[in-house]
Amino acid sequence: MSWKKALIPLACVPVIILLAYGFRTDPKAIPSPLVRQPAPGFRMAVYDAGELSLETLKGKPVVVNFWASWCYPACYEEAPLLESTWRKYKDQGLMVVGVDIQDKEANAREFMRRFDFTFPNGPDPGSKISIDYGVYGVPETFFIDRQGRITYKHVGALTPALMEAQVQAILKGN
Amino acid sequence: MISTLGGFVLFLALGVTLYAAAAAVLGARAGREDWLASSRNAVLAHFCLVTLAIFLLEYALITSDFSLRYVANTSTRGSLTRYKIAGLWGSLEGSILLWEWLQALFAALVVARYSDRGPSGCRQLMPYVQAVLQGISAFFLLLMTFGANPFAPLFPVPPDGRGLNPLLEVTDMLIHPLLLYLGYVGFSVPFAFAMAALVTGHVSEEWLTITRRWTVVAWLFLTGGIFYGGWWSYRTLGWGGYWAWDPVENASFMPWLTGTAFIHSVMIQERKRMLRVWNLVLITLTFSLVIFGTFLTRSGILGSVHAFADGPVGVMFLAFLALVLFFSFGLVAYRSDALKGHGELDSIVSRESAFLLNNLVLVGICFTVFLGTIFPLLAEAIRGTKISVGTPYFNRVSVPLGLALLLLMGIGPLIAWGRASLNNLQRNFLKPSLAALAGGAILVALGVRQAEVLAAFVFCLFVIGTIVFEFLVGTRTRAKTTGEGLLTAFATLLLKSRRRYGGLIVHLGVVVAIVGIAVSSVYKVEREQTLQPGESMQVGPYSVRFDGMAAGERPTHILVWANLMAFKDGQPLHTLTPGQRYYPNQQSPFASVDARYHWNEDLYVILSAFERDGSSATFKVMINPMISWIWIGGGVILLGVIVAVLPERRLALLALRAKAQVA
Repeated sequence: MSWKKALIPLACVPVIILLAYGFRTDPKAIPSPLVRQPAPGFRMAVYDAGELSLETLKGKPVVVNFWASWCYPACYEEAPLLESTWRKYKDQGLMVVGVDIQDKEANAREFMRRFDFTFPNGPDPGSKISIDYGVYGVPETFFIDRQGRITYKHVGALTPALMEAQVQAILKGN
Repeated sequence: MISTLGGFVLFLALGVTLYAAAAAVLGARAGREDWLASSRNAVLAHFCLVTLAIFLLEYALITSDFSLRYVANTSTRGSLTRYKIAGLWGSLEGSILLWEWLQALFAALVVARYSDRGPSGCRQLMPYVQAVLQGISAFFLLLMTFGANPFAPLFPVPPDGRGLNPLLEVTDMLIHPLLLYLGYVGFSVPFAFAMAALVTGHVSEEWLTITRRWTVVAWLFLTGGIFYGGWWSYRTLGWGGYWAWDPVENASFMPWLTGTAFIHSVMIQERKRMLRVWNLVLITLTFSLVIFGTFLTRSGILGSVHAFADGPVGVMFLAFLALVLFFSFGLVAYRSDALKGHGELDSIVSRESAFLLNNLVLVGICFTVFLGTIFPLLAEAIRGTKISVGTPYFNRVSVPLGLALLLLMGIGPLIAWGRASLNNLQRNFLKPSLAALAGGAILVALGVRQAEVLAAFVFCLFVIGTIVFEFLVGTRTRAKTTGEGLLTAFATLLLKSRRRYGGLIVHLGVVVAIVGIAVSSVYKVEREQTLQPGESMQVGPYSVRFDGMAAGERPTHILVWANLMAFKDGQPLHTLTPGQRYYPNQQSPFASVDARYHWNEDLYVILSAFERDGSSATFKVMINPMISWIWIGGGVILLGVIVAVLPERRLALLALRAKAQVA
């Protein structure tokens, strides 16, 4: 077969390369306009523990996670990671806050019991907090630095590597 | 238990299918008839094994066996049995199993049909046809064994499953995906014959003749799936549309375009021995686009309402796509000397060139759709920017090309082969052209001004004119020469050249659908307004009165609806109850649209928003003129294909019966 003929099948190569490149992109990653902006303030009734307001956490790095008990499997996958991160870094000042959206209280409590959540979690009646944060679906996670600015937004279940890198970034405070 | 058994059955099926492929190729090389027979048996055994796997998964779905991850993901205890059954293709793993089952079924049918009594030339091709079909099956089985196992266990076993997306819990879910899959799998048969022709070097017209009917049937299923999907989307998705140029819709449209081109261009090869390479390329493209489309839906590289989850499946699909492309185009290159055509175009004014143009336009549309679909990826790769290509792009490029296609649809079937004489042109086209122009003049007088709509109408009238004249002249000539009555003459004419007249009926259906598309998209009236109970809104000749909100519990959800009364010219017409469905485990409500469907105009109402106390509600009301013509056109296409492919004997029987009744 002459090299000219080989060109026929080789013409497919660029298409395959382009499609392969597609694996490196994430169609769901819509750049959030909130990143590098001050995090919207909120007040939330915490399950069994009074009230929490973001203003009072100023100066601390915060991880705000939006979840729901019906969000299977993504929320179930990342729940242990949220709890372990909180236990690991709470002494260094890290706050983890869970916002439970559009849920039934009994199911939410069952979820928190199942994963032994000890960080503050609360419901979001009327989806006010979710709307302020432009939450599209659960889970979504926002990382907020000591100055109260959102440094990173993640859509979907968190991975240990990503969690570690982003928490380190907001702990450093830059 | 089922998990282990199911996994074992799939693994066994993989072994059997690989054996069938190897035995077929080695048997053909060594000339060992017994190996070939063994391969055929293995093809049938493979089908039985995959059938068993289907039964196992269905059993688990129906009995809510949540120890399978797949069952927990696609059904709940409360699901109706028919939706539990539909769970088989409600998610990635099961839909691959279903696909593989259809693939196995088609392979078994091909073996049963052609092993001992196919047309001449079939014997040499068959071993390689089997090998290609088993190779495709092997890919799907590998996918299930290593990437997307429908029998993957789940532990701890949850008390209840998550269930299908509520949008999928409708009867349409039982039909639309099946039609598409049948179309996709159907195209693998002509593809396998084409590859066998290339491997063996028997690249003449045999493979085309053998697969002609398979291709048309695959085309029918794909067309049916696309039409049905549009109809489903229109009735239930709550945005009043039927086509959105979504990547996954495009994924089904692209093989349809190349498949349609293929159906037409094979006629030139059969008649004139031309376009051999082109036909091989077209069927390869069609099959590759099927795999490409599945890759798009299953890999998650493009955002789409249809997309399944991601995982290793995307990579495996891409590898398979690359393999198919290199293998088939490599073979085309390898055999290019043997593929040199014999004929050449005698004249530009001929049926050959009309068909060639039709092919160029179809492939042109396919290319623009392909470009638009992957453009976001291209832009991100080159410029690093996120963009989306929307409806305006696709409409701008496809409307003019579609109009050209429409015109060719009138010319192609009637213009003479070889070189059309002035006499031929005059006889076939003068009257339809005059009729179309007269119709156009009437439309202008009626106030139609948009150039595209006018062109669409004039071309549609032209096509209808050519078809009607063809039927009229044919019937009259036959009646005159044989002395039959007009009705009998018409029926025999239809039966004598079913392929030709079936094709013309399909064209008629396409025209009816195009009229529906053109009118409904240009003359759509849409209004959104907030009403308090007792108030009315006026839309065109209709007035819609809001009579208050209501709510009720349904087995799977809570339904909130508005009671509306529609009036036309002051006369009460119809009650309408658009609503919103709230599901316990879904974030946002699902629209439940209501409409008054009518053959020439739909009144379509969506409840956009409402106050919880029922003090006001916002409605979007649309008048969609002639939209049902699209679905009617789909029905006519179905009729035409049935006329074209029904076996000779069956039709002869029908004709005899009809004659007996007349007598």
